[in-house]
Amino acid sequence: MLARRIIPCLDVKDGRVVKGTNFQGLRDMADPVEMARFYNASGADELVFYDITASAEGRRLFTDILRRVASEIFIPLTVGGGIRTLEDFDRVLKCGADKVSVNSGAIADPGLIAAAAKRYGDQCVVLSMDVKRVDGRFRLFAKGGREDTGLDAMEWAVSGVAGGAGEIVLNSIDTDGVRQGFDLEMLDELAGRVNVPVIASGGAGNMEHFAELFAHPGVDAGLAASIFHSRQVEIPALKMFLSGRGIPMRV
Amino acid sequence: MIAIVDYGVGNLFSLSSSLRTLGVEAEVTRDPGRLRAAGRIILPGVGAFGDAAKKLAEAGLPPVIQAEAARKPLLGICLGMQLLFDKSFEYGEHPGLGLVPGQVVSLREDLADRSLKVPHMGWNSLDVVRNDPLFKYFRDGEYVYYVHSFYAKDCDVSTLGTSRYGNVSVTGAVRSGNVWGTQFHPEKSGDAGLRLLRAFAEL
Repeated sequence: MLARRIIPCLDVKDGRVVKGTNFQGLRDMADPVEMARFYNASGADELVFYDITASAEGRRLFTDILRRVASEIFIPLTVGGGIRTLEDFDRVLKCGADKVSVNSGAIADPGLIAAAAKRYGDQCVVLSMDVKRVDGRFRLFAKGGREDTGLDAMEWAVSGVAGGAGEIVLNSIDTDGVRQGFDLEMLDELAGRVNVPVIASGGAGNMEHFAELFAHPGVDAGLAASIFHSRQVEIPALKMFLSGRGIPMRV
Repeated sequence: MIAIVDYGVGNLFSLSSSLRTLGVEAEVTRDPGRLRAAGRIILPGVGAFGDAAKKLAEAGLPPVIQAEAARKPLLGICLGMQLLFDKSFEYGEHPGLGLVPGQVVSLREDLADRSLKVPHMGWNSLDVVRNDPLFKYFRDGEYVYYVHSFYAKDCDVSTLGTSRYGNVSVTGAVRSGNVWGTQFHPEKSGDAGLRLLRAFAEL
């Protein structure tokens, strides 16, 4: 039976892992390679790395880190941040990434998903979306959640999957950083519209929140950063807890 | 030395790195001379069957692999495993290497529950159905990482392990003589996957 996945997310800036709250007030946390080793040993099912660097120097540091992580951690690695062209896909795949996550790059160039899926396969392309309620509708945001695109998020997801996105990371801006639980309403809406794996992001505050999340059959994975980085929730204990609730886990 | 067959399909970074981590000498090559000199061969692969079979043929490799498979351990991974079979029905009908009896068919068509997602992607437990030296360091029921939309069937005599997905018993690992195959990615299956590769390197 396919297990539900627990995925720590590492935001990397200038070679260090950082995590913001509501996308603001970044604070330095740790060394990405050390953290990847730690999570691998803890039973993380996958790792997500977001490059939130703007400079060319920061980008070079990021690809070095990625190569080091991929050389010693043998679980799936997803990489995102600043992916705008097929050359960007190529750059991170050559460093050992298995999947590439696109967000603002796909909004700027809606043909990017289809081109990447054709070259690397659907399983390689992850559509990451930052979504917030505006006037009672789910609205797609760009640029790390700072810019309202005016697009309907659910329609965007459907067109992304039609173009070849093999997985969706749904980050709810409404619940991100608040630690009151995942945005189950938003996730249910998405899961009812697409037939690819859905990864929930934004809002995890404790172990119970993951149990609530996985009570929803359309959600395949839970992603979080700060609660894992702070070790407020430890992955081995979380997986034992969920397994005890009858949720299939790789333990 | 283990030769990893390079025919322009898939990302060989993790496979090379995992063998290096195990202290196993490996070489990424498409040179028939190197494949003949190798002690073992790994046939990797991702993507579509027809495209991969074409690239393998263009590199002139099928007869080399078929001949070497009689002499030394060969491991096909993911699409590389599917290529070992007689034929595949992925977008048409394509002949395979014919090293393992059976055929590769659509998972979607065999799944009774239409709400199950395809590709079958993620961690699934591998149930050992036949003991084998490949499982020397592997425990029955450990989780392995899959990403695929087609699967091998009509291959019961060769099947070593399976994973349950809905009503389908997905062929996870096979063996026919010197030829082994895993549908999952051992190089992405954490410690369990590394132990499996270690057993292959010791065969």
